[in-house]
Parts: sequence; C-alpha cells; structure tokens
Amino acid sequence: MTETTVRVLSPQDAIDRVGATLKRRNRSELKFQWLGKSAIGLALAFLVLLFAAIFSNGIPGLFQHYVTFDVTLDKARLDPAGDMSPSSLYSGDAEALVREGFLAALGNPEGRTKTRAARGILSSGSAQRFVDFVLDNPDAMGQTVAVKFAVDDDIDSFLRGFIKRETPESDRRINDQVIAFVDKLQADGRISYELSDYLFFGSASRDAEMAGIRGALIGSILTLFICVIIAFPLGVATAVYLEEIAPKNRITEIIEININNLAAVPSVVFGIMGLAIFIVTFGMPRSIPLVGGIVLALMTLPTIIISSRAAIRSVPPSIRDAALGVGASKMQTIFHHVIPLAMPGMLTGTIIGMAQALGETAPLLMIGMVAFIVDVPGSVTDPGTVLPVQIFMWADFAERMFVQKTSAAIIVLLAFLIVMNASAIWLRKKLERRW
Amino acid sequence: MTDTAMTTTAVAETRMEDRLLPEKTIGQVHVEHPRMTARAVDVHYGAKKAIDAVTLDIGERQVISFIGPSGCGKSTFLRCLNRMNDTIDICKVSGEIAIDGHDIYDPSVDVVSLRARVGMVFQKPNPFPKSIYDNIAYGPRIHGLATNKVELDQIVETSLRRAGLWDEVKDRLDQPGTGLSGGQQQRLCIARAVAVSPEVILMDEPCSALDPIATAKVEELIHELRAEYTIVIVTHSMQQAARVSDRTAYFHLGKLVEVGETKQVFTNPVHELTQDYITGRFG
Amino acid sequence: MSMLSLTLIVLVIGAAYFWISQRTVVAMRATGQHRLHSLPHYYGLWTASVATLPALILMLLIAIGQSLLFKSWVQEFYPPELVGQDSFNEAIVLAKVMNVVAGIDFGTPEPWVTAAGEAWIRWSATGNTLMVATVLSISVVGGFFAYRKISPEFRSRNAVERILLWMLGFSSTVAIITTIGIVLSVLFESIRFFRLVPFDEFVFGLTWNPQFEGAERAGSGQMGLATYGMVPLFAGTILISIVALVVAVPVGLFSAIYLAEYASQTVRSVVKPLLEILAGVPTVVYGFFAALTVAPIVKMAGESIGLTVASESALAAGLVMGVMIIPFVSSLSDDVINAVPQSLRDAAYGLGSTKSECVRQVILPAALPGIVAAVILAVSRAIGETMIVVMAAGLAANLSFNPLDAVTTVTSQIVTILVGDQEFESAKTLSAFALALILIIITLGLNFFALQIVKKYREQYD
Repeated sequence: MTETTVRVLSPQDAIDRVGATLKRRNRSELKFQWLGKSAIGLALAFLVLLFAAIFSNGIPGLFQHYVTFDVTLDKARLDPAGDMSPSSLYSGDAEALVREGFLAALGNPEGRTKTRAARGILSSGSAQRFVDFVLDNPDAMGQTVAVKFAVDDDIDSFLRGFIKRETPESDRRINDQVIAFVDKLQADGRISYELSDYLFFGSASRDAEMAGIRGALIGSILTLFICVIIAFPLGVATAVYLEEIAPKNRITEIIEININNLAAVPSVVFGIMGLAIFIVTFGMPRSIPLVGGIVLALMTLPTIIISSRAAIRSVPPSIRDAALGVGASKMQTIFHHVIPLAMPGMLTGTIIGMAQALGETAPLLMIGMVAFIVDVPGSVTDPGTVLPVQIFMWADFAERMFVQKTSAAIIVLLAFLIVMNASAIWLRKKLERRW
Repeated sequence: MTDTAMTTTAVAETRMEDRLLPEKTIGQVHVEHPRMTARAVDVHYGAKKAIDAVTLDIGERQVISFIGPSGCGKSTFLRCLNRMNDTIDICKVSGEIAIDGHDIYDPSVDVVSLRARVGMVFQKPNPFPKSIYDNIAYGPRIHGLATNKVELDQIVETSLRRAGLWDEVKDRLDQPGTGLSGGQQQRLCIARAVAVSPEVILMDEPCSALDPIATAKVEELIHELRAEYTIVIVTHSMQQAARVSDRTAYFHLGKLVEVGETKQVFTNPVHELTQDYITGRFG
Repeated sequence: MSMLSLTLIVLVIGAAYFWISQRTVVAMRATGQHRLHSLPHYYGLWTASVATLPALILMLLIAIGQSLLFKSWVQEFYPPELVGQDSFNEAIVLAKVMNVVAGIDFGTPEPWVTAAGEAWIRWSATGNTLMVATVLSISVVGGFFAYRKISPEFRSRNAVERILLWMLGFSSTVAIITTIGIVLSVLFESIRFFRLVPFDEFVFGLTWNPQFEGAERAGSGQMGLATYGMVPLFAGTILISIVALVVAVPVGLFSAIYLAEYASQTVRSVVKPLLEILAGVPTVVYGFFAALTVAPIVKMAGESIGLTVASESALAAGLVMGVMIIPFVSSLSDDVINAVPQSLRDAAYGLGSTKSECVRQVILPAALPGIVAAVILAVSRAIGETMIVVMAAGLAANLSFNPLDAVTTVTSQIVTILVGDQEFESAKTLSAFALALILIIITLGLNFFALQIVKKYREQYD
C-alpha cells in the first residue's frame, strides 16, 4: 500500500479551496432558510386571513338590532278562549296589538304608505315573539309593558351601514320613509344592539333576523350521540381483536388493509352508501339523526381503530405477562389490564374522531339532512339537520345578514371543535403514562 | 444525547468515587507541537455538567485515545473538537478550543470550514444511501475541492486507496455504499472523511460495531494514517488504545483524570481511578 | 311496540336471568358440597347473554326483512296498466303510499294508493306482533335452557369468553362489511346506469349535460338531450387539484423542512399546533371562506391586471383547497424527514455540509419516496374533497384548463345531483353513482399506490 500515501491536496490547499466556496454557500444557506420561513409565514398568513374573515363577520353576527316599545296586553283580544293556552293565544289578536303598539311608538303615522313602511321595520316573527312573551309573563296580562322586538334584517343591515343612506332611493332595499322612521326610533332611544337571542334559541328560518342554530345544534348532538355509541365500542372491539387476539393470517391482513383503505374513501362516498343502503334499501326515513349517526360512525371507525390500536400497542408486554402469570385468562388480561391502561389513548382517538364527525357535511347532504326543518328534533328518529349543514344552507342565502349569521354559526362550530380537541389534548397529557 | 443519559446513571452509581476525583489533571497535558488545544472546557447539557474544566493538547501527527467508563464525557469532548455538539440545542460549550491557535468557537469561524479541517468518523458506519463513488465525492463536491471530473476521480481513487478499499470496490463504484459489509462500510466512511483532506480526524468508537477481523483492518489503517493526520480516537477497548495510540487520556465523570504517553498510562498509571479502570475493576 | 322498548324488555329479561343464575350458584356453593368452576358472575353473564344476544340479533333481522318484504308485497297493489307506462316511477309511488302510512295527506290519493297504505299498516301491525312474540319467547326460552345447563362443573367463564371472542371478531368485520356495502351500493346503481348510457360514452364523452327524463322528452330536439360524458368533470377536478397542490406541496414541504431541521423547540411547539388548526377546520368553513372572501379577492386581483376571471373560478377553489391540504402535506413530510436516521445527518455535518446542503443532498433524497407518497395522498384527498368545490366552484361543466374559468368537479356534481328529492330511477340520478364508482377507484388506487411506496420506504430503514 505504499503508493497510497500520496495526498491529493495539501491541507493548506484544501483550506483555501473550502474558503473560496464559503461565501456562495452561506448565501444559498440563507436563501434556503428564508424559503422555509416564508413557507411557514404563508401558511400562518392563510390561517390569520381565514380567522379574520370568519371573525370579522361572525362577531357582529352574534348580535342584532332590537326595537323596544310599549304593547298593551289586552286579555280579551289576546286570549279569546281565556285559558292562556298557546293555541288560544296564537288564535288571538297578538299581531294587531304589536302593530298598534309600534305605530303608537312612531307617533301614529297616517296613510297607507306610512303604515306599510312602519310594518316593514318589524321582524315578521314579532307576533310569535309577543305570544312567547305573554306565555312567559302571564302576570303582565292587562297591563301595558315595554317589549323588545327584533327589527327586520334589511333594517338591521341599514343600521350596520351595509345599506347606505346615500344610495338613490330606487336602488335601495328600504325607502326614505322607512329610514325616517328608523331615525325617529333611534332618536327616541328605542333601538338597541344586543346579543342575538334568535341565534342561539331560534330555529331554521328564511328570515335572517329570526334564523337560529338551536335545531341544528340539537341535531348535531343527537347525531354525534348515535355516532359515538356505535363507533366507540365497535372501534375498541376491533382494535382489541386485531392487536390481542387475531391470528396473523391472510384474513387479518385483509381486514387491516381494508381499514386503511376505508380511511381514504372520500366522505361523500359514505353518504352515497348511507343513501343507497339505509334509506333506499332498508327504507329508513330521510333526514334523521339516526341514519346520519350511523353513516358518520362508519366513517370515523378507521380513525378510532387506528388510534386504539396504537394505544393498545403502547401497553408494555410485561403487564400482560404479569396478569397471565398469576393465572388470569386471556380475556381477563385484556379486560382487566390492557383495555383500562389503553383507555386514555382510545378516548383521545374517539374525541378526535367525533370532532371530525361534528365538522362533516357532505355525507349528511346525501342522506337528506339538508331539508328545511323548522321543528327542533326531539329524538334520533325525528327529521333534523346539523350545524355544518346549517352553515352550508345559510351560506347560500343572499341576504347580507345571513353572511354574518353564517359566520356566527361557524364561530359556534369552531368553539365546539376547539373544546373537543383541547379536551383530547388535556386527556392525553393528564392520563398518558410513560413506560 | 445518549451520553447525557449515561452521565446521569453514572453519577448515581459512582458517588463513592466522586471523592477520589483529582483537583487537577495528572500527567502531561501539554505537548511540544500542539495541533489543537483545549483550555478549561466546560460542557453543559441543560443544567447538567457533562465536561468539567478539561485542559488538553492534541499533538500534531499523533494518535491520542480517550478512554474511560461509559458516560465519562469522552465522546462529548470529542464532539466539541469539530463543533458537532452545535446540532444539539441544549448543549452549551464554554472555555477555549483552538486549532493552530485559532479559537474554533469564535463567532467569525465558519463551522463548515472547521469541519472540513476536522473530519469525523462515527460509531456506527453511516454511508449515505448513494453509490460508493458519490459517498466519497460528496465532501469534495460540496467544498469545491475538485475543479473538474478528472480531479474528482483522482480524489475518490486516492481516498479509497488510503482506506485500503480500492481493490475491493474499484469495479463497483456505482453500487450503493449501503451494500458493503460493516467493516467495508466503516472504511468507506474513513475514506469519505479523508477525501476532504482534513488535518485532524476524530473517531468515535469506530470499531465498536465491527467484528475482530474488520477491527484489525481499521486499526491497521489508523496506523498508516498517523503519518499525515492528527487522529483522536474514543474507544472502549483498552487493548485498542494501547495498540493504536501514542498518548492516552483517561476521563471520569466529565473530568480528565490522567493523560500521558500510552505506554506510561498502561504500565504505570498514577491515579487510583486510572489504575482501577485499566485493571478492569470497573468500566 | 317500538324496537327501543322491545330492546329494553329483552335487557330486563337478561338482567333477571343474571340475578337468578348468580343466586343459584352461590346457593350451591353455600352447601359446601360443590366447588364452582368459575366465579359466580360468570354463570350470570352466561345465561344473560344467551337470553339477550340471539333475541336482539333476531329483532334486527326481522325489522330489516319486514321492510324489504312489505316493499315487494305492496307492488301487488299497483295498477298493472300504470306499471307498464314510461312515467311510472316506483320511488314516487312508494313515497305516496308511505305518506298514507304516516297519515300525511296531500290532497286525495288514488284509491289504490289508499288501499296499499292501509294494507301496509295492517302488515306492519301483524309483523310487529309477530316480532314481539318471537323475540320475547326466544329470549325467555333461550335463557331458560342456558339456566338449565348451569351446574358447579359448568365452565361458564370459558363459555362467556367464547361469546366475547365472537363479538370481538364480529366487530372487526364491520370494516369489511362497510367496504362491501360501499362497493355494492355504488356498483349496482352504476351497472344500471351503464345499461342506459354506454360505458365508453361516459368515460370518453366530452360534454356533461344531465337532464331529467321529463325535460329530455319535452326538450326540443338535440338541445334537450342529456349527455353524460365525464371528461369535463375530471378535467375540472384535476385542474382544481393541480392548483391546490401548487399551493400545498411547496408550502407544506418547506414548512416541514424548516420545522424539522431549523426551528428551535419553542418555534416548533408554537407553529406545529397552529398548522394543525388548519387541518381541524371543517371543510364547510373553507367552502364559505372560498366563496365569501377568496373568490372576490381573486376576481378583483385578476381584473385589476386586465384578466377575465369567473366569479367561481377554479383558482379560488383550488387555492383554498391547497390551504386545507398544507397541514396534511407538512405533517406527512415531517414524519418521513424525521424517519431519516440521525447518523446520516451526522455524516453530512461531520464532512462540513451546511444545513441546506445536508437537507437537499442527503435528507431529501433519502426521504423522497415518503414525500412522493405524501403528495399522492394529498392528491387523493384533493380529488375526494367535496364541500369546498360545492360551495366555491361552479356547476357548469366547462372543458377548460384555464384556472380563471369556472369548472365543476366530480364530487360537486354528485352532491348537486343527489341532494334533495330525486327520482331514483332516472339516468341523471344513476349517473351520480357511476361518478362515485370512478371516484372510489381513483382514490383507492392512489392510496394503495402511496401505501406501497411507504412500505418499501420503511423497509429501507428497518
């Protein structure tokens, strides 16, 4: 090996040549770092833009304008049957009483144009709201009391400045007379801007000022309830079977490949399956949380199975050996030791799966949960809708106020998702055991 | 990183010996022609002190071996010499380490050119998942050492010859380096280090993953390289240290306990801890 | 009696058997003459499960069987002269009958509809009584036989564990059943569709113009004819996916590289969860964001430099979809970059590489298969994404590769066709199933391909 002692470059030569490259290389290093930083910056900028767009519309969407005026609770006219029952009150003259009270507040304007303009200011749900008020306050019967009513969504948009006074009257959705009345109401201090009670307690409505998410929220809760009682036991049982019991053979392998593939199926396809199997073949009704929950359960199953398996795998074999060593059967080992120790991981996976299900829209459109349903669902077999679908429907409406209500509904949805994900993180931190 | 974990266990186990640690390193820390010098070097991993006031000269064209029980800090100290510890966030180095009198931790020093001068070979052979040729050519390419293809070919051939690998691989330079045997892979890694024409080569237990025959070949190689390079080798094997090195430094719990001519350290150790380690009472 | 209350009654029977069995064996043990093979509660669990499980499974089967059976019986009531006609639509007729059953009146139904509805009510009353009787008797009798089998020597624990094993095993087949359900439901309707529209016309046709059968007949000549050529839909899907990938791949990949190789622990711990938020935002929110904010911005920006931009441009939908996929690409890339062994980084740094040299010349080539797999999975995700395109992309099936035009996609057509009440037999409705079939084949194919690459890649470093 004597010929190998030749050196290609002397150390000094090498140092010089390396030195010559340094400037260029450091520049490209900086450029590369800058690329990384700008990628992160861009991603975060998108995040900020998304949240800015949602919150700038959504925060005002949590509020709306109300008008307060005196209404006389005339028992004879309000309650023709005299028993204070809802049906009696609804058949009574609540609407006229509200109208009279409102006209009085405007100084009893004369003439058809003026009264019509005045009528357009109040929300069309005012009579209903008045009846609800009477039902809640039966003692006020016979008196004249101040009641708060929502204003029509056009008036709300005007008060927010979306409908401009400067726009020529012919191009405006509200005429000069209406604006004059609104100015008077404002001058009298009757208009207030408050947290919207319709948003949280109202149901689906085509009138933007009365639309609320209560029905959708309850529909979401019912759907998630079905989803969790199906997906959690099935997911955990599958994970236990595959990790602890199943022989490593062809069938097990097929099941595993299947689960991975199922996780990749687009969610809309689950909806198509739900439509074809549960609704068309089994004849189950459309739009019900039961079917929605089943479809979402099948969709989230892979998520729960995969995280449960990881949780089971993280339980050290020594625990199983210890249990088997004192004479526990395989099932006892699994149910007394493995499952309890893996439970935090399984629950975390389940919560994440449920968060996914809560935000899912497309499969529920397929099974008809997009229908316009005013009643709040009382059980899992009543037709209903869910929060994301409600958002989807509202997003289609043109009224300016719906943009804000949609954003407000999105804020509510995001709040639920944040709470769920935060509790998953908390659970993991709190219960996670390091082996 | 593994070294920190080991340090903590070592601390727990060797409390008793703690009292025996000397205030000052025993033996000759200085040499006549130092290539690298370390002065009062401390290394902290977070709050833990991994290296405590080590002062040591590394002589030109010498082989110096670092020995000591697991977690004594010898690898940590080795990695300070080409600033490989920079890649670990929580690692803080203080004191002064210089090559040819220039502080390597000086802000003006480019760590890239430092590592071109101070090469490193690792515990486990770590060839890139590329061809044998590309493995060797990687360093010269990034550092612009070759101006053309002929020069690059020459560097590759010379480096492989230096590592005694040329005859074994000259017909399959385009095959992946990962396909070689463990011993060949390690010699490939040494050739890769040599290809950059460094002045100092650091070797972190280069034979710990190799069988005895491969180990013998690598040791033979170290023997040949000492004519032109300064070599620092961390080893667990005292026989290896005795075979390959001119000087030997014994580390214990982050302190440099004793350093001297290899023959002297192995035949006539001064400190009780060195004696105990060399006679195999612990380690 | 509703299925819920029937279930509750069966559960009560099971609880009673549990209690009786457990008491029986405890009494046996108390005599001192017997040693029980298992703990007392296993005897209880044994009888309880024999009393409940078969009964509940039977109940489900009967319920499903009934609705299928009634549906075939009710056809007897349809006037034969009506069934022969073109306009006869089974789904609509069935809906009319079901309205009678549910007691909802829309005007006065035809007499045969009323008759069918009344028959249905009769059948379901009889069926219900039969179901309650069989389910309850199976439960009681089954429990009784199980109880008779109890003796101190009876290996109740083993028996219970065998039942449990079967239940666990069955659970794991649900995933397979689901897959079969998906494939069959889509396949059957697709086959029916391909009977109406030739396969090659569907796959290679250049115009997509679905119409109701009625509109088709009423239509004036060629213009009213429905055409089902899926090429424009796939072109639209691909166009939007490409826009999405152009956004997501560089941003996601470079974010992952920066986070894995450059960022400090603190930066990582802040930025990573922030990126995860993007992944957690529901797609309907992205759709709203695309339609409300991004599309007008894109339109305005395009017009300010003199381009014509459709208000539902592919660019806007694709951009937002790209944002949605960023965390997907970055977290998958992060995984594969971290899977590159530290020893390779050490080797590169030991030779004096700068960080970017190490990343570009060592880490990325080593991680390339994994990154390719991540991109393929991202493509699959983009193709299957629905809500963003439903809300932000157009409905007109333009065959265009200009991202400023409005295009439509496979998923948005599926939703548009299937949402709301449709006649289930028309070619238009069936076409949605054919689209879904193609969609499944493509996404599963991509997924399979990607997993294959990941598997190979893992083997390399194991």
